[in-house]
Amino acid sequence: MASIPTHEDSRFGLRRQVRLNGPLRLDSGAMLGPVDIAYETYGAMNADRSNVILICHALTGDQYVASDHPLTGKPGWWWRMVGEGKPVDPARHFIVCANVIGSCLGSSGPASVDPVTGAPHAMRFPVITIADMVRAQAMLLDHLGVDRLCAVIGGSMGGMQALTWPTLFPDRVESCIVIASTARHSAQNIAFHEVGRQAIMADPHWRGGDYYADGVVPSAGLAVARMAAHITYLSEAGLTEKFGRRLQGRPENPNGAKTFGFDADFQVESYLRHQGLSFVERFDANSYLYITRAMDYYDIAEDHGGSLARAFTASKARFCLVSFDTDWLYPTAESRVIVHALNASGAQASFVELSSPFGHDAFLLECPELNRVVDGFLRGGRA
Amino acid sequence: MSSTPLRPDLALIARTVASGARVLDVGCGDGALMAALRDAKQVDARGLEIDAGNVAAAVSRGLSVVQGDADIDLAWYPDQSFDYAILSQTLQTTLRPDRVVEELLRIGRQAFVSFPNFAHWRGRLSLMWGGRMPVTRLLPDTWYDTLNIHHVTVDDFRALVKDRGWVIDGQWFLKGDRETTHANANLFAEHAVFLLRR
Repeated sequence: MASIPTHEDSRFGLRRQVRLNGPLRLDSGAMLGPVDIAYETYGAMNADRSNVILICHALTGDQYVASDHPLTGKPGWWWRMVGEGKPVDPARHFIVCANVIGSCLGSSGPASVDPVTGAPHAMRFPVITIADMVRAQAMLLDHLGVDRLCAVIGGSMGGMQALTWPTLFPDRVESCIVIASTARHSAQNIAFHEVGRQAIMADPHWRGGDYYADGVVPSAGLAVARMAAHITYLSEAGLTEKFGRRLQGRPENPNGAKTFGFDADFQVESYLRHQGLSFVERFDANSYLYITRAMDYYDIAEDHGGSLARAFTASKARFCLVSFDTDWLYPTAESRVIVHALNASGAQASFVELSSPFGHDAFLLECPELNRVVDGFLRGGRA
Repeated sequence: MSSTPLRPDLALIARTVASGARVLDVGCGDGALMAALRDAKQVDARGLEIDAGNVAAAVSRGLSVVQGDADIDLAWYPDQSFDYAILSQTLQTTLRPDRVVEELLRIGRQAFVSFPNFAHWRGRLSLMWGGRMPVTRLLPDTWYDTLNIHHVTVDDFRALVKDRGWVIDGQWFLKGDRETTHANANLFAEHAVFLLRR
């Protein structure tokens, strides 16, 4: 099939960044402009521009969905789903993944420089919402010449964006895949996020968010926030299987021993500390505050007079929802709420709860059933 | 699509459904009937299925199927939102078959209900002479591992229909793969298919 020659166009390819004038009117009423968006594209748009898939990333994710991360060198965070021979395949699809606004991987966020003052925004950056992230993605698609998405796909917070897309732009979305996600943040979800935020703000290096000048960042607070959150991404059974009560080996004692002190005696402690420490090297503490805030404000029904079904009445999209049986962060019941609303609105909806030992993180890990469902759903629209 | 022939009761339903209809298949399995209706009659089909493996199989053939339980999740579908609601070989596995059929008739303008006839003579003989719950070609499970928790006969179902004031728009009876007569269906039919409305 004829395709639009994307290789000659500087808008397309890996590690792209664009400054869009906007301004973008945010849910808070504030205006954001200019809006920087860092993104990647994979594959080529076909002649009728009908093969575009937008991938939305999770809280601490980024635009490097299927290419090596420039800071960590690790492969793209969803290489199991996106790539050659995968359900989302650059040989067939034109794939876009953008860093959400509020984040710190090249899109406008608290760490980016305010063109008016010449200094980082820090906490002067406006509070954003999931819908604001989606509107910024729509601005990017306008810039790329993309009118319609054959699919928008996301897991966790990415699923929140994917589900918001057809509510804001019903004419631009043909299908929507929402994995391990929810239509609103629960009290428990908000509570865990508040623990993380308080850990950051209690770090004396946070200093009201103005820590960019000397580079002394609130890494202890951010690490604790990550450790607490990371527990919610795993299942109790998964933790038990991986670590149990096993002790951390040391040079003087390879099998480990209790120190009768407060070192990381248990392997699970050592693992969490490692998760926290490696996270602070790649993520900005203020971005963590802003993005968790956006997730806490998220409640699609609230934006539609309390009726989730009403949010989807203008949409003709096909929906596919997937939950995991061991995910207690966004459990199956949350996906069912969405499915019931879609049924009530008459939308074409599919839903399946898959079995996995990995808890919430299952959507990022090896799960052949997930790939099979996503692949079949994407192909099903073109049967 | 798959060339495997449809199960006889499903083939019968597929023949009867009007082209272009909106159909909800409750207990749709891997979506065989839905796929046939979509491919042959351009039917807008949706499914409800309890087994995750079946749902994954149906979704991966491009069908809109929701994992759920007929006893619980039908409540979320709006009134009269489908031309047909179909319940094939599932009635006898539900907790409250009467309420499930009520729901089918609320959601669909008409409802197909198919079920194995537990009064077939083979089962009667097995119980009468053997004193054991029947294990037959169509009912291959033993009493302790069968999913069939409400054993219904053709006459039982007719009595329920009469009691609730539902209307029978069609009824078909199967013996093996072939249709059989209405006469003495309660004794000779292995399967029954009813088309009902309120």
